[in-house]
Amino acid sequence: MEGDPQQYVLEMRGITKRFPGVLALDRINLKVRPASVHALVGENGAGKSTLMNVLSGGYSIDGGEIFFKGRRLDHGDITAVLQSGISMVRQELSPVLDMTVAENVFLGREPMRGPFSAIVDSDKMYADTQALLDRLGLRMSARGIMRDFSIASMQLIEIAKAISREASLVIMDEPTSAISEREVSMLFRQISDLKKRGAAIIYITHKMDEIFQIADDITVIRDGRCVASNSASEYDENKLIAQMVGRTISNIFPKEDVPIGEEVFAVEKITKNGAFRDVSFSVRKGEVLGMAGLIGAGRTEVARAIFGLDPIDSGEIRLSGEPIDIATPADAIRMGIAMVSEDRKAEGLVLCRSVGENISLANLNRFTDRLFIDEKSERAEIGRMIQLLRIKTPGVSTIVETLSGGNQQKLVIAKWLLGNIKLLILDEPTRGIDIGSKSEIHRLIVKLARDGVAIIMISSELPEILAMSDKIVVMKRGIVAGELRRREATQENLMRLSAGVSV
Amino acid sequence: MPPTTKAFTTIVTTKTIATSTESRIAYIYRKYGTILIFIGLFFIASVASPAFLTQANLTNVLRQVVVVSLLACGVTFVIILGQIDVSLGAVMALAGTIAASFMVMTGSITMAISAGLTVGALSGLVNGLVITTFRIPSFIMTLAMASVARGTVLLYTGGAPVIGLGNFRIIGQGDVGPLPVSVAILATVVLLCWVLLAKTRFGRYVYAVGGNARAARASGVRPTNVIVAAFVLNGGLCGLAGIVFTSRINSGQPAAGAGYEFDAITSVIIGGTSLMGGTGSIAGTIIGSFVIGIINNILNLLNVSSYWQQIAKGLIIALAVILDVGTKFSRGERA
Repeated sequence: MEGDPQQYVLEMRGITKRFPGVLALDRINLKVRPASVHALVGENGAGKSTLMNVLSGGYSIDGGEIFFKGRRLDHGDITAVLQSGISMVRQELSPVLDMTVAENVFLGREPMRGPFSAIVDSDKMYADTQALLDRLGLRMSARGIMRDFSIASMQLIEIAKAISREASLVIMDEPTSAISEREVSMLFRQISDLKKRGAAIIYITHKMDEIFQIADDITVIRDGRCVASNSASEYDENKLIAQMVGRTISNIFPKEDVPIGEEVFAVEKITKNGAFRDVSFSVRKGEVLGMAGLIGAGRTEVARAIFGLDPIDSGEIRLSGEPIDIATPADAIRMGIAMVSEDRKAEGLVLCRSVGENISLANLNRFTDRLFIDEKSERAEIGRMIQLLRIKTPGVSTIVETLSGGNQQKLVIAKWLLGNIKLLILDEPTRGIDIGSKSEIHRLIVKLARDGVAIIMISSELPEILAMSDKIVVMKRGIVAGELRRREATQENLMRLSAGVSV
Repeated sequence: MPPTTKAFTTIVTTKTIATSTESRIAYIYRKYGTILIFIGLFFIASVASPAFLTQANLTNVLRQVVVVSLLACGVTFVIILGQIDVSLGAVMALAGTIAASFMVMTGSITMAISAGLTVGALSGLVNGLVITTFRIPSFIMTLAMASVARGTVLLYTGGAPVIGLGNFRIIGQGDVGPLPVSVAILATVVLLCWVLLAKTRFGRYVYAVGGNARAARASGVRPTNVIVAAFVLNGGLCGLAGIVFTSRINSGQPAAGAGYEFDAITSVIIGGTSLMGGTGSIAGTIIGSFVIGIINNILNLLNVSSYWQQIAKGLIIALAVILDVGTKFSRGERA
């Protein structure tokens, strides 16, 4: 069967992708018309990025067919063919920081001249790049060094690069996550230019206003499945949100009600320039405060500031009613504040060391008898933690790197349970781990709350936030967009607060 | 057996599952490498020269490895932290000559030793503070320190050896019971360093900061303090090495210790400590320095020219690093 080149520039049929233990993509269909903007929407983790990775040749597929400009692509040539006609603006930028703008834009396809085309035609490269930048209305020099630009500018350069390749399909994965309103309108002008020239754009975003502003067609993905695919005119915001989140809350451990005590921790109008502004909330003994919002809304930055990893510019932090000063994580830990970082490999664990050493690292003073570590009591406590959290490890001296993601995550939590904590901050505590470990972590959160620990849990999974939180703070673009009690919260109003049109 | 050694065994057991030839070599090397090399070398040396297995020669080997071993013990901490120190030889010479001139001036061994240790520890403090404050690579900073320290020695001595050290020589030449004093000093230092690294909170912090400084910081460790402390310890041991060396040759030599950092770092790497930080042990380092000592000794006994000796040592360090990197790569692939 052949695809229809007149009708679709790209047609993906029944795309299936399995990862160990997870069906990431389940028979996904995606049809992109030429000269159109096709919005791909869905919650975090729905499978959008996986699908785009399939397109850019990053993943092989376990089932399905891909037609590009009417030609069926076999596994072997997907990468080559697609790369020739598709360009991609990724969410994670990867410019070569010490090269110039032009060198980055032309990286890997430098114009050549001279005998055997052996010499890079720098003049042409710089002239072409400058012309491109000028055409896009970007006031920057092609000779500028990448390192000197802001993240926003780098993102714009990345977009310029994608445009310059004159591909017939451009994929943009959250291209506006770091740029200003003015730059967004510049981007949208470029998108309509691209459309006029016949190119198709796959546009991934969480922002409702953007979708309705530029999309011609919308495909909604949820839990790795294609939920709906229609013309944008058939949607309104409510309908779209309902389709994005419409899933039953299963496999989430529901939080039991535990007695909630006095206020343990509060922040009052804390601000970190460029990250968040005037953020206020409080959390009580035994209470779970959920922090919802889109990736990049400033939740992680708030958590890092509370824990002393980054400084704040203004505002007050109170512990048990007393204003406190936290300059380093060591200060926070001394006051009973602990944090499980969203990136456990970078900030949670010393991967090349043992299970035991990692668990006791933050509490070694408890086992230090004058000069020496009391290995006997240390081992006993470590053993207790391994049992309590049901960490599956061959032994205490097993190197952490060899454990599964779920067990590594439990380890990071175990590390804090050894000490006397008043406030535990969990940043995406169950992201990327298996269902079993996930519900055990939920069980543990409830146990800690029952023991009187105040908990702040950041999660991008709405069902998790809804099931676990007593109170929910929603952040949007660095500010608190709303605070809801548990009984008031629904997936719809959370999604509306974090992504909605109304500010 | 210290817990760190057990930790090694575990890395290695999982590595057998990854079956490439590279990782199998790395496996055998990690687990038995240093000690196998040591035994093999000892055997070869015994066969190659009848003079090797004599009490006089073995005592000689011991005396000769003391200075490099002291340096290697200190720099083990620095390397586990993922840092490096190439100023070992120059700082050792500076501390040695200053100790010598204090001996000449005051006639007091205590004063001389204190001066030497202080100079070494201060150099380490400067290294550590500059590296952590300005976040510059330790290689560059210690390279600068090597140049400054060597220049200072030459300026201070005018290029001439400091002589007339009186009874200072007992440190390097005397005996306590059956043991040379210098060997007793080394044994004490090795024991203390081993305890410090394997049994104390500081030791744990060294491994944690070397393995992942960000995670260590997020666990309440202050990486800056740990790094500075390790450089001070390392500098102090450079001072001690300078004192022992000066005493053994009975004069403060401005050119002392040239290239010793090379032997010391080689010892640490042969001993299984990773240049990328996070793993390693004092036991490995000591065996590593004996390996270097035996290689030097046997090449001398066989009358191999010192030019060839240098080439041999270069090849050994390259091999050791290839094995180190090979192990790390196979680990990285699984991550």
